[in-house]
Amino acid sequence: MFKIVRKEVLNPSVKLLEIEAPHVARKAEPGQFIILRVNEEGERIPLTIADYDRSKGTVTIIFQEVGYTTKILGEMEEGQELMDFVGPLGVASHFDGLKKVAVIGGGLGTAIAYPQAKKLHSLGVEVDSIIGFRNKDLIILEKEMAAVSDRLFVATDDGSNGNKGFVTDVLKNLIEQGNKYDMVVAIGPLIMMKVVSNLTKQYGIKTVVSMNPVMIDGTGMCGGCRVTVGGKTKFACVDGPDFDGHEVDFDEAIRRQQMYKQEEKRAMEKHECRLGGTVNG
Amino acid sequence: MANMSLNKVKMPEQEPNTRNKNFLEVALGYTEEMAREEATRCLNCKNRPCVSGCPVNVKIPDFIALVAEGKFEEAYDKIRETNSLPAICGRVCPQESQCESLCVRGKKGESVGIGRLERYVADWFMANGKPKVDRPAKVNKKVAVVGSGPAGLTCAGDLAKLGYDVTIFEAFHVPGGVLMYGIPEFRLPKTLVQKEIENVKALGVEIKTNMVIGKVLSLDELMEEGYEAVFVGSGAGLPSFLGIPGENLNGVYSANEFLTRVNLMKAYKFPEYDTPIKVGKNVAVVGGGNVAMDAARSAKRLGAENVYIIYRRSEAELPARLEEVHHAKEEGIIFKLLNNPKQIIGTEDGWVKGIECLEMELGEPDSSGRRRPVPKEGSEHVIDVETVIIAIGQTPNPLIKSTTPGLATQKWGGIIVEEETGATSKKGVYAGGDAVTGAATVILAMGAGKKAAKAIDQYLKSKKD
Repeated sequence: MFKIVRKEVLNPSVKLLEIEAPHVARKAEPGQFIILRVNEEGERIPLTIADYDRSKGTVTIIFQEVGYTTKILGEMEEGQELMDFVGPLGVASHFDGLKKVAVIGGGLGTAIAYPQAKKLHSLGVEVDSIIGFRNKDLIILEKEMAAVSDRLFVATDDGSNGNKGFVTDVLKNLIEQGNKYDMVVAIGPLIMMKVVSNLTKQYGIKTVVSMNPVMIDGTGMCGGCRVTVGGKTKFACVDGPDFDGHEVDFDEAIRRQQMYKQEEKRAMEKHECRLGGTVNG
Repeated sequence: MANMSLNKVKMPEQEPNTRNKNFLEVALGYTEEMAREEATRCLNCKNRPCVSGCPVNVKIPDFIALVAEGKFEEAYDKIRETNSLPAICGRVCPQESQCESLCVRGKKGESVGIGRLERYVADWFMANGKPKVDRPAKVNKKVAVVGSGPAGLTCAGDLAKLGYDVTIFEAFHVPGGVLMYGIPEFRLPKTLVQKEIENVKALGVEIKTNMVIGKVLSLDELMEEGYEAVFVGSGAGLPSFLGIPGENLNGVYSANEFLTRVNLMKAYKFPEYDTPIKVGKNVAVVGGGNVAMDAARSAKRLGAENVYIIYRRSEAELPARLEEVHHAKEEGIIFKLLNNPKQIIGTEDGWVKGIECLEMELGEPDSSGRRRPVPKEGSEHVIDVETVIIAIGQTPNPLIKSTTPGLATQKWGGIIVEEETGATSKKGVYAGGDAVTGAATVILAMGAGKKAAKAIDQYLKSKKD
């Protein structure tokens, strides 16, 4: 069992859990992920590692309550335990020989972009971070991102924080102003990663995206996480989750994400039924 | 005087049209009377060919003689001397190509129902027996076993019996490997698998789940943690795909994913269990092995109306056990033999709507000795399906190979070992089962685990501290 040692509510639907998992913390690197199961009937879901503390033996995950499992996960409190927590899985991000990088986080993707910015910053790379949200109430990790970035730009779709626009608008401006990036790291919704990749392709800037498809085992066994990259089928769990954004078939990935939409609805109905009763008991 | 009936006592089974709608076990098992009657068919012959046909050399005539006398507990002990998972072997071993194929009775009529008797004895013991734990003197040496499938469990059990401190590292959240994620409930009930695993744990074996060796810890790190030898029984976890257009459409599964969702994650109980599965009205399973049969029969149970097995050779070449093919046919699975998929066809929004196949005919024998299928020109045709399951094989998972310097493997990923001992190119590291051979059978993996346990014992005894 894996104990929750800290819980934070970052915005109404985004939560942070710090989990005691020394084996995972010992080796975790930015870009890697874990798979967890809440309880005996639970499904296995992959979540990217948002932070880790090797000395405390903890791993932090940040997630949005989008489906049944993330909903019940969000209802768990400090001191409670997760049934299973396995990792670190996937290939760690490679950051060799970089001078200046733009790190982009879209919505919840900011939680995954954060460890990347932190690592780059610690390596002495100049980091411009751009994070985007639908409105100002949904902004997460602003302070944390600022601490590991040379410059931080926060954009909102509706302009409610006084800085209206999409992350791509900010990135385009920065590039047009003459900023020379060796690499762009873009993490967020598939559609955002697609748009960023299309933009950086025009400028010939290498772009790394982090894919988070449906998976079960996370060890290359099921093949459910198939992603087409450069015309070849890759398994996000063992070949990724980082891939070259200019090579990823985003349209296919977006379609594949729809696979269990109907079933998610049915599972959510179960959640509604359970409300008022004990959820994890 | 032996019972000279030419036929085995019939195995009671659920009716095909009932069982293809539930996940309960198909074969119901002998009653005591049936078991004792079948046991009297054994001639207890002198040269015991059956024993040599068993990869773990179960003392078959001895245990059968005890069954005939009604001494089921003694019969169980006799089997357990060499086989730590009898309830599993009695169900999933291909006896017809092993012990039973060599049975003298099989020369005229049917062989003795060795598998059925093994199953009866194991089930009897689970219901009535008292597990005996006589732990041997400890030798105070630690051995790590990677993977808790049939190879790992057998190796661990044998080493524990010799007094070693054995820890099994399992990547999934429950132990059992392919016995849990691969073989369906209706052929091998999961509670029974867990009971057998409890018996192995009772020998003193510790099992650590959620430990993906190659990621969480490497083999070298295990050695640094004080494990003096390692057995790798990590199975054949990497699914093969066809490499044809349309394989990434929604509705295409690898058999591994499909079966893991159903068996390990209990998707057939969705939404009581949280893992979903999608099965169309019409399902195509590509492949002709046991895994293909398991996938097809599971799809039928999940409510598919038409389930097709698409196989490029003819019935004679089907690699699945005869019994599985027979059961599949009884349950209404439709065999599209001599058919090879050319592409999977999708709807505009990316869902499977059909599979285009080419008809084949058999030509000259190929390197495997089987007649090579040759496409018939212009024979393209589409079968309307919403789900496609690719069951054309698995290869060993590269996670361990890629993080273990000095571990020699075949080009296709199999770990290279010395046949008799399971020793790999790396000192102190042994391997066996599907990780070495590619996808094969439960009992062959158990045989390999057994050999390796013996070799590890010899290695550690001769090793100077």
